[in-house]
Amino acid sequence: MTFFEIAFYFFSAVLVIAATMVVTIRNPVKSALFLVLAFFSAACVWITLEAEFLAIVLVLVYVGAVMVLFLFVVMMLDIDLAEMRAGFTRYLPIGGIIAALLVAEIALVMHQSFLPADYLNPTPQGVEYSNTRELGEQIYTHYVYAFEIAAFILLVAIIAAIALTMRRRPNNKYINPGEQVKVKREDRLRIVKMPSDKPIDLSPVESPSSNEETS
Amino acid sequence: MHDFYLSLTQWLPESLQTVVWIMIKIVSIVLPLMICVAYFTFAERKVIGYMQTRVGPNRVGPKGWLQPIADALKLMMKEIIIPTKSNKFLFLIAPILSLTPALAAWAVMPFSDTLVLADIDASLLYVLALTSMGVYGVIVAGWASNSKYAFLGAMRSAAQIVAYEIAMGFALVGVLMVAGSLNLTTIVQHQAGGFWQWYFLPLFPLFLVYFISGVAETNRAPFDVAEGESEIVAGFHVEYSGMAFAVFFLAEYANMILIAALTVLMFLGGWLPPVDMAPFTWIPPIMWFGLKTSAVAFFFLWFRATFPRYRYDQIMRLGWKVLIPVTLVWIAVIGLAKFYTPVGFIFS
Repeated sequence: MTFFEIAFYFFSAVLVIAATMVVTIRNPVKSALFLVLAFFSAACVWITLEAEFLAIVLVLVYVGAVMVLFLFVVMMLDIDLAEMRAGFTRYLPIGGIIAALLVAEIALVMHQSFLPADYLNPTPQGVEYSNTRELGEQIYTHYVYAFEIAAFILLVAIIAAIALTMRRRPNNKYINPGEQVKVKREDRLRIVKMPSDKPIDLSPVESPSSNEETS
Repeated sequence: MHDFYLSLTQWLPESLQTVVWIMIKIVSIVLPLMICVAYFTFAERKVIGYMQTRVGPNRVGPKGWLQPIADALKLMMKEIIIPTKSNKFLFLIAPILSLTPALAAWAVMPFSDTLVLADIDASLLYVLALTSMGVYGVIVAGWASNSKYAFLGAMRSAAQIVAYEIAMGFALVGVLMVAGSLNLTTIVQHQAGGFWQWYFLPLFPLFLVYFISGVAETNRAPFDVAEGESEIVAGFHVEYSGMAFAVFFLAEYANMILIAALTVLMFLGGWLPPVDMAPFTWIPPIMWFGLKTSAVAFFFLWFRATFPRYRYDQIMRLGWKVLIPVTLVWIAVIGLAKFYTPVGFIFS
């Protein structure tokens, strides 16, 4: 076994175990962390398959940004997994049917494109082969319209998400940074000049308040 | 060098030979890096000391030069206290999660034209992906500690890093548009010819954005709300002691050196001398790289001694409403100028 093969099987095993843990473990935060591990080992598997651009982007986008936000939310929610699992047996038949359908679909597609006798195993590329450049050329020349349409759909989705959550919050203590910057010292600060202590009155006084001197 | 190694290890099987050779290369990068990190902590205490008209540590060894070693020994001797009801495994793995990406990113760092461990094609993306993973150490530490202060620190850090990650990524998009490559060695080679060829001039806004985001990404002052001593005690590492704390400490300083080195590679010409002439070319390239990195790293210390901590909403505003629009505008400027105007040559 070469070094690459050992790495491939090691990370594949980690990926399968982590993915199983995601759905079986009871704690939602640990489940999210196992999902991170699954993404990471999937990226490692992709690197052994010479898809380094996809692997790095998987880590950058999913591990570096999406899962951080996901953890952020999961950590603050008090999710009771026992309650969520209550209907497990009730939904098992319909869930099982959907799972079986998905597996069948994937198997059909795989069978169509990878199993025919004329399908050749891809030959490993040399060191100077640039996966990133190849991918960029494909996306921006052959598939540029599909790519632009996908980008546009994403943009629409972002705008829709913002429009759905944006509402007037009258109780929000909104800060106007422009106003804060424009504040001058005179607006906030008033200097009151007063003597640090009162001058002692040395002249004799008859008032009863000064009788402590006599004792 | 490699032939000599092969003659020494003929008795090993071939795959194991490769693994051991890679290990030797890793150690020869990480060991000097760790020494740099140790003396960077010393430099910080000295520099901030002089900036505040103090002397800084000067008792251990000649002029205090053994201070980092004394600190390391002290932290190693101390007990690691694990809080009750914390998640022990995650609690102990969190410091490792924050140190590993900071060290692993050095695998693709070119120290000179030829001196690089792994000259991979997408090294810029690789570095960006790894630096974005450092936040897991902070988040996991904050959650596993079972402490409110640690948890607050983790939440702050997560929100802050997601915001600044985007600005950082866009700043790098500008660099790769100008260089036309994702490979750090090629990016530096494109800047050859003198300091007026370095990318900090045509990409000045992106240079500033990248460095500011870098300071925020490393949780350093003035963006150190994740620790915020005066607000949430010590933030995410409030429950850590001994070596577990020391590893967090190492990760922070290793990350600072990493960001400084990346800034030098992408904007300040890497190992290239400022003027391609006799007195400057006498200094070897790796020395130039070290000098520039130290100069940029000095700014981290200078910032800490100068600026008060940002308020949390100000950090969010700066990240989302100032830095990201600046990068977006400058990317459009680069693209338009490069292909539609006669001044496109400054961006190529």
